[in-house]
Amino acid sequence: MGERVAIVGAGQTLHRSRRLDVSAPELIDEAVQAALTDAGMGPDGIDAIVVGNMEHFEGIHLSDLWAVEGTGGVGKPQLKIATGGTTGSSLSQAAYYLVASGAFRTVLAVGWERLSDSEGETTTGIVTAFDPIYERPTLAGAVSGLAIMACQYQSKYGTRPEDAAEVVIQARENALRNPHAHLRKPVTTAEVLASPMLSTPMRYLDMCPTSDGAAAVLFTSRPGDRSAAWVRGVSGAHNHVYLGDVAEGAASFLNTLTIAAERAYKQAGVTSPREQFDVVEMYEPCTWAALEWAESLGLCAKGQAARLWGEGTTRLDGDLPVNPSGGVLCTNPIGATGLVRVAEGSLQVRGRAGERQVDGARLALTTGFGGSFWSEVMILGRDA
Amino acid sequence: MSEQDPIVVRCTPELTYRYAAGRYGSRFLRGLKEGRILASRCRRCPRTLVPPRIACTGCFGRMEEVVEVPPRGELLAYTQVTFPFLDPFTGVKRPIPYCYGMVRFEGTDNTFQYFLAEKNPANLRVGQRVRAVFREERKGEMADLVCLEAAE
Repeated sequence: MGERVAIVGAGQTLHRSRRLDVSAPELIDEAVQAALTDAGMGPDGIDAIVVGNMEHFEGIHLSDLWAVEGTGGVGKPQLKIATGGTTGSSLSQAAYYLVASGAFRTVLAVGWERLSDSEGETTTGIVTAFDPIYERPTLAGAVSGLAIMACQYQSKYGTRPEDAAEVVIQARENALRNPHAHLRKPVTTAEVLASPMLSTPMRYLDMCPTSDGAAAVLFTSRPGDRSAAWVRGVSGAHNHVYLGDVAEGAASFLNTLTIAAERAYKQAGVTSPREQFDVVEMYEPCTWAALEWAESLGLCAKGQAARLWGEGTTRLDGDLPVNPSGGVLCTNPIGATGLVRVAEGSLQVRGRAGERQVDGARLALTTGFGGSFWSEVMILGRDA
Repeated sequence: MSEQDPIVVRCTPELTYRYAAGRYGSRFLRGLKEGRILASRCRRCPRTLVPPRIACTGCFGRMEEVVEVPPRGELLAYTQVTFPFLDPFTGVKRPIPYCYGMVRFEGTDNTFQYFLAEKNPANLRVGQRVRAVFREERKGEMADLVCLEAAE
């Protein structure tokens, strides 16, 4: 496995629907300076940088060039990683591999997005990720892609819209404790079920928002006496090109999450995820995804996720808190979103999560979702 | 604008792209012109996939055989899209509402994502039989396949 790798700093911006007060590099700077402050480190301590976003949203190219004023990358090795929704989690994995290899001591991972730059047309950007001949004419971005998954899940288990609503109700409650979160307003079941239908069975309040924001995380093999979150497991699984191949009828729509989780669990010695993890920061782009993917992660049996939320297991004071930050349902600057999961997981095991801290958290599960339903997993522990 | 308001600069480019359908895609589109659905087959897995493509999703082997499959199948998932967005395929807002779904053509192992004739999602169900509807004047493009309609 090479060098042991620890996270010693995590920083985030205030995530909002529009951060018109700052330019892209100023937004990145906000996250990077926060991470350096958290680590008690100066920019000279950084040996290399990985940075990424989902370029089509801003309509710019060479986003690593644009980012450099914020990342401090001049004169240093700086690589761009862009894997769509998983960009943030891919950044964390790349930073981990660069440090674990021994090539660099300390690597800064920076993910960012300004979804407001395309004036609300996030779906347009996402549709361009898919095959122009076969799938663009029908696809309505992540909304309809996930609606198709929800249709399959619902037909398999008879899950009710109110079961899904419980996920966003808990997420919004948690976000009230997170000053960085974008949507910090409680919602009720009635409000979720009365919100506009986007793509059956997905309603407006079932779906994540679009946010402007950035995150920065410092990975090092030499944490010294700094507070550290150790990387205990890392894996990813890509998927087929066509959504029609993804929906082929596997046991789970997000089969890749199960594949990635099984590999990461093995590395971390996790055999009973429900018992062993103290906190989960899951990339749940919609309520239905949280349900199906909790099952893909083995947190409960197939078809049982509605009970996990319904019985309050997933609450901040429950047995297995899921997304104490409020998750993607409350904050979604896409290129940063996966890295926010890692940042939040690291804060939890370092005991630095403020009002959203899970008491005594020692082992955190974080996930990333993107592209044609592909997945990444990183497990973080207080102990090496 | 007040002295404190942030300044934003607007930019509205009009961009045009041209994509190669490729060897397999061109065969598929020519098949549509003849009112036929073509798939590629991997003898090793064995696996038959629509649209036809160069590499098998099961073994990454070469899919050297292209075969015709029946223009009917089973609906495995569906949705009715009801929210407005700018369509990057056409450059204008996509007409809504519309229904589409994932259809497994008979004799194939994957699904194909396409438009459904049905306008009301309440009339759709997983497992429903559907068949392909082709337009009269076909040109060798995706739109030759109009939609999939209920077959029972």
